Amino acid sequence: MKPEAVYFFGTCVVDLFFPEAGLAGIELLRREGVRVIFPRGQTCCAQPAFNCGHHAEARAVARVQIALFPRDLPVVVPSGSCAGMMRHHYPELFAGEPDEAAAIAFAGRVVELTQFLVNVLGVRLTDRGGPETVTWHSSCHGLREMGLEAEPKGLLAQLGNVRVAPLTRERECCGFGGTFSVRYPDISSAMVADKVADVVQSGASVVLSADAACLLNIGGALEKTGAAARPMHLAEFLWERTRER
Amino acid sequence: MSAETGSTDFHASSSKALLDPSLRANFRRAMDGLMAKRAAQFPDPVEWDALRTLAASIRARTLAKLPALLEALEARCTANGIRVHWAETVDDANEIVLGILRARGAARLVKGKSMVSEEMHLNDFLEKNGVESLESDLGEYIIQLDGETPSHIIMPAIHKSRQQIARLFGEKIRGAEYTEDVDALTATARRVLRRKFFEAEAGVSGVNIAVAETGTLVLVENEGNGRMSTHVPPVHIALMGIEKVVEKLEDVAPILTVLTRSATGQPVSTYLNLISGPRGPGEKDGPGEVHLVILDNGRSRIFADQEVAATLRCIRCGACMNYCPVYTRVGGHAYEAVYPGPIGSILTPQTEGLAKRHDLPHASSLCHACVEVCPVKIPITQILVTLRKESAHASPEFLVKGAGGGRDRLEDLAWWGWRMAHVSPLLYKAMSLGLRVFGPLLKGGAGPLKAWTQARTMPRRAPRTLHDLASEKGLPDA
Repeated sequence: MKPEAVYFFGTCVVDLFFPEAGLAGIELLRREGVRVIFPRGQTCCAQPAFNCGHHAEARAVARVQIALFPRDLPVVVPSGSCAGMMRHHYPELFAGEPDEAAAIAFAGRVVELTQFLVNVLGVRLTDRGGPETVTWHSSCHGLREMGLEAEPKGLLAQLGNVRVAPLTRERECCGFGGTFSVRYPDISSAMVADKVADVVQSGASVVLSADAACLLNIGGALEKTGAAARPMHLAEFLWERTRER
Repeated sequence: MSAETGSTDFHASSSKALLDPSLRANFRRAMDGLMAKRAAQFPDPVEWDALRTLAASIRARTLAKLPALLEALEARCTANGIRVHWAETVDDANEIVLGILRARGAARLVKGKSMVSEEMHLNDFLEKNGVESLESDLGEYIIQLDGETPSHIIMPAIHKSRQQIARLFGEKIRGAEYTEDVDALTATARRVLRRKFFEAEAGVSGVNIAVAETGTLVLVENEGNGRMSTHVPPVHIALMGIEKVVEKLEDVAPILTVLTRSATGQPVSTYLNLISGPRGPGEKDGPGEVHLVILDNGRSRIFADQEVAATLRCIRCGACMNYCPVYTRVGGHAYEAVYPGPIGSILTPQTEGLAKRHDLPHASSLCHACVEVCPVKIPITQILVTLRKESAHASPEFLVKGAGGGRDRLEDLAWWGWRMAHVSPLLYKAMSLGLRVFGPLLKGGAGPLKAWTQARTMPRRAPRTLHDLASEKGLPDA
């Protein structure tokens, strides 16, 4: 059933580095007649500290987010990784804490953007763009924690003028892994170099993902090597190709 | 291991491994092959889920009853005529094996593949004590010839190319000519090993599963060397970790089917040995004596720690390493541990302690590929995160060896700063503005920025944040 309103949790990486992707996600929701609430002061899902084992710090940050989204409305997140953190790891992070119940209730309301667009809103898209070849990077947490595969691919398939050239190793990690990228820079660099080579061989002009952190990594490496392909969040790509001008 | 400090460091060894293009190509090719073969064995996701759920539940039930099952195993084995020995440490286990050999005047040994024997560094120990210990698994034989350790738990010589093996055989085996023909190389090894099987005074093997109900030792293998090592010499010594027991005979098949399919993409292994005791009266073959050495080596401590106990579900299939993007790029030796890859990154820090191996829980991008393919559903990434937590903090609640051993005050400070910037909207805004103003001045010269920019450009904060855009659009705040 379509809710009259949803919360939007933009994520820190989108807020700072890919704001257009966040706005595009909001516009995709609003076009379907959903009121979008964007609580100011929201920051980060707390995954960086959680994954590094600094759980007290992660809890402090998560607690602030939970308080900003009090009403019983879906919390739509344009990132499989941050959605996975909030949906699957908040209950674990708050286990035994006084606000455990609030964390569990919040976690149950978290939905990834493309899953919300497809499974709740059932969006139909009309492609207004010219012919274009893109490729898809299935971000690990989206794929393996949130089961994100059919939804983003289904949305792309609705675009008649877009050809998807698959990567040879679509399901392989791009090497970001949060602090992994700076703790083990040589391994991370080797991984992203392979991903860039894969994007280049696909012949795509755009590499799409539903996770901005992967795009920060892949995009930065594409730029460093001077490759022509550019990174784009799926929400921004969908919005730009389907909006009425 | 670093020669100067004697300490282990995955940072240095993995960086070094990445500089070897042939090593990286060998692993990539081999792992691609193993992944394709495994995937072909589990074409139906519903069946896969059912199989691994059953295997995981058997392993979980086993661990829930572990002490009782081990006692039952000992009683049943003893009744079958198998002599059971308990070893708390690898030193204990080595002494037990040596004692058995000495009592029989045995100076020549053939070995089937056993990861527990790798934990014990059994070959080195025996050589020092005047016992010849020869690996009979082809891969193990190859690396023993070259003085190496396994780089993979199933395919110990996977890091070597055919050419490297050809050169090795030509140099080290008397009468062997240089050839890259795989059949010829195998025939050479077979010729050497055949003779050794008949000369050996004792055989050593691992154990894939030990059945408490019947006192049966289950051994899977593909070369027949396991059967030769356990049946031809007059004494057979089987080595197992305490976690390898299962309750009933009917628990074996569900584990074997996910083990062989996950490990090598085989529906069944070429050989399946069920060893239930020494040669009985009137039987024509089999050893006169069978010994079972059951090793703890830190496993009891893992068993007692609910946060990480699922580590002991492992059936040693190696699928987690085959699918690991980190392992694939650096190979097994970079881990400087008996068990490499994701399972090693959770097991080694627990057995050796976090003070020594706090580098390993971070040797993962947490991509979850290992969790996705684990046939007994070990939550590897969750355990990695738990170990990261227990490494960064010391607490009496943490039962792991060496808790707090990876604590770094500078990192603590960084996380404190991160927390402050993300709990206060005002400070977050200040940080966001700071990135906008000072970000372009950072040239990526030092620390994490340098690490990031070795392969990527510096991220640039957008001129307007999503917060700015949301306000411009007049989006409601609550």
